Amino acid sequence: MLSRTADHLYWMSRYMERAENTARMLDVNYQTSLLPQGADTAEQGWRGMLSISELTGLYAQRHARVDAHGVMDFMVRDEDNLSSIWNCLRAARENARAVRGALTTEVWETTNQTWLEFNRLLRGGDFERDPGALFEWVKFRSHLSRGVTVGTMLQDEALYFLRIGTFLERADNTARLLDVKFQALTAGKDFFGVQQVQGQGAQPQEVDFYHWSAILRSVSGFEIYRKVYRNVIRPEKVAELLILRPDMPRSLAASMNEVVANLQLVANAQSGETLRRAGRLQSDLRYGRIDEILATGLHAYLTQFLDRVGDLGAGIGRDFLVPVAA
Amino acid sequence: MKARFDEMQLADGQVRDHYRVYDDWLRRQDPALMRSRRGEAEMIFRRVGITFAVYGAKDEDGAGTERLIPFDLIPRIIPGQEWLEMEAGLRQRVTALNRFIHDVYHDQEILRAGVVPREQVLNNAQFRREMMGVNVPGGIYSHVSGIDIVRAPNLENPGDGSARYYVLEDNLRVPSGVSYMLENRKMTMRLFPELFGMHRIAPVAHYPDLLLETLRQVAPAGVNEPQVVVLTPGMYNSAYFEHAFLAQQMGVELVEGQDLFVKDGFVYMRTTQGPRRVDVVYRRVDDDFLDPQAFRPDSTLGCAGLLDVYRAGNITLCNAIGTGIADDKSIYPYVPKMIEFYLGEKPILNNVPTWLCREAGDLQYVLDHLDELVVKEVHGAGGYGMLVGPAASKAEIEEFRRVLVANPANYIAQPTLSLSTCPTYVEAGIAPRHIDLRPYVLSSGQGVQTVPGGLTRVALKDGSLVVNSSQGGGTKDTWVLEDGSC
Repeated sequence: MLSRTADHLYWMSRYMERAENTARMLDVNYQTSLLPQGADTAEQGWRGMLSISELTGLYAQRHARVDAHGVMDFMVRDEDNLSSIWNCLRAARENARAVRGALTTEVWETTNQTWLEFNRLLRGGDFERDPGALFEWVKFRSHLSRGVTVGTMLQDEALYFLRIGTFLERADNTARLLDVKFQALTAGKDFFGVQQVQGQGAQPQEVDFYHWSAILRSVSGFEIYRKVYRNVIRPEKVAELLILRPDMPRSLAASMNEVVANLQLVANAQSGETLRRAGRLQSDLRYGRIDEILATGLHAYLTQFLDRVGDLGAGIGRDFLVPVAA
Repeated sequence: MKARFDEMQLADGQVRDHYRVYDDWLRRQDPALMRSRRGEAEMIFRRVGITFAVYGAKDEDGAGTERLIPFDLIPRIIPGQEWLEMEAGLRQRVTALNRFIHDVYHDQEILRAGVVPREQVLNNAQFRREMMGVNVPGGIYSHVSGIDIVRAPNLENPGDGSARYYVLEDNLRVPSGVSYMLENRKMTMRLFPELFGMHRIAPVAHYPDLLLETLRQVAPAGVNEPQVVVLTPGMYNSAYFEHAFLAQQMGVELVEGQDLFVKDGFVYMRTTQGPRRVDVVYRRVDDDFLDPQAFRPDSTLGCAGLLDVYRAGNITLCNAIGTGIADDKSIYPYVPKMIEFYLGEKPILNNVPTWLCREAGDLQYVLDHLDELVVKEVHGAGGYGMLVGPAASKAEIEEFRRVLVANPANYIAQPTLSLSTCPTYVEAGIAPRHIDLRPYVLSSGQGVQTVPGGLTRVALKDGSLVVNSSQGGGTKDTWVLEDGSC
């Protein structure tokens, strides 16, 4: 396959996955904001949303206040915010259009239709009327994209690069979500790094419950948590589920398993080092334990994880996507 | 009063035989339903992304530069027997054109015989000296030819109600539009499947198969399993949809110039598994942009060193470099003579009668009839430097007369054709609109092939003769009825 084609496929699925995760996080913040809570807590949630995407600065240039309306508008439809859902869906569609010959008709039409329909929804005022329904819609279009990809594409390189993009992006997004949400409760200090005694932060029990269940819901993990642990929701278990459980489809471990499996399928003469690093990251997750991770500090752990994911992305770019010089 | 010809109706309003079944059906359709079908067609075209790029505008979907080419629901129908004649004419014409191109780049017999004036060829900007003596597989230069055909009232016997097909021009460089022919058929089958039970309509969907077969057959000698690619200028080119579509339908890579490089006398593409050799390039990039070392040095659309590989016979370009010499306006008038010269046959398809102003007798005729003729610059394009006599004022004609007399060799003249019309949906309902036809002709060493019909373009503005998509033209599905069904 052409290197350029692989590049477009990889970014097409990364952007689609990013759009979905942004919608998930916005949705959870939005649902949480409907609960009785102080203005501070609500604002903290929206600030967290911005810092997950490293957009606090850009937002401040454009909006005076951090509030639900401002952040949602910025993250959904702002054409100057390259991480807005609008831009992610546009980029996914532009990448798809550049290689539509490498996609099945169904995959291309789904991606194109998502873009056209999203714009129609924005124009029709659907977003203002019911943000929750729009987020739900974005999630479903992403499900549909993935489904039509797996359901119609030949199982060859094109599919593997699409899958690598999806799961590398998901690993990145889940790690960012965890990091921000755990830090939120401790005003910037490491939630587990300092002290693990319950009630230390003087958080009332029900705030805890809504906070943790919100994280779980944002990754469709609430029912899964109950099923796996059959217990009340406890932060270290939430962390374990989202980091180490290979059977939790949005966990870091599950995402890395997919990345490694697909990288092996496209291996070439120069990709050995990238594959080694990916395999090592996978092993750390496979054989890691949550108490060890918490002992080193969750924030430190996730920061390092994000660096390693970034490094993998660069390696994949070098080995496969950038045209090899003659 | 100019003579008119409508594809569906006789002058007295009677429906022609081959449209009778369709007309009966159309009369039974609820106009509201047909309206909703038009909306449906547009929605599907948008979803499929069958768009062409327009620069500068932003459309309602924010997609900026993409427009639909309007699709008209009423098909253009051609009786089987008419098509058979046209097809024979197309074969004959394209065969002669390929012989001509081979000849001008080799022995130039036709020039020595004085059939085509030597300076018309050798001083032509489209003549590529680089191609002299280069042998291409099967001697085929124009593998994919788009021949533009119109039907107009018989010029030799105007007023008798009959009409003839005339070749308006040959497109032998990178003719486009075939994807619309295919998508239009798919659309009609989707919207009105019942029509296909009522008519025996010759299928066209196998075109990509024939194209792939053609491309494989012209691979460099000794290559058994040729690697075929489609070369596109990129996704911002107006025909990008078609490039991607054809690559996908043939199951070959769609490459851009940046994906290719030359090494040790061969062309390679950059892949995730390292370099892969390329044998046949169906290129949708003009000659000038193919190789910055040989042609325009600022081009980033091609591949440096490509021409050398080509001349060495290590890669096949489809179409070949230098085919423009045969579809130039100044060469067009000689095509009937080429057919006689190379094939010893009478031309089956008519040329539009053309006066060459470089010849004294012709010039005199043109000067005497400026108010009836269309006068074109030999190398002009896009309607510049052109006089449409019937539409021009007295002052414009006199001004043009001065320019023409000063440099007659630069001009040709043709009668103003009244293109045939076909019923078409417009705002107010159904009305006749002017149409043309572009059949696609595939040539390889093994022979010449076509699919029945081609792309029908329609000028949607009342009275307009301009069918170009950039000027508000639309397209129609084109049916060739198999024998016995009309």
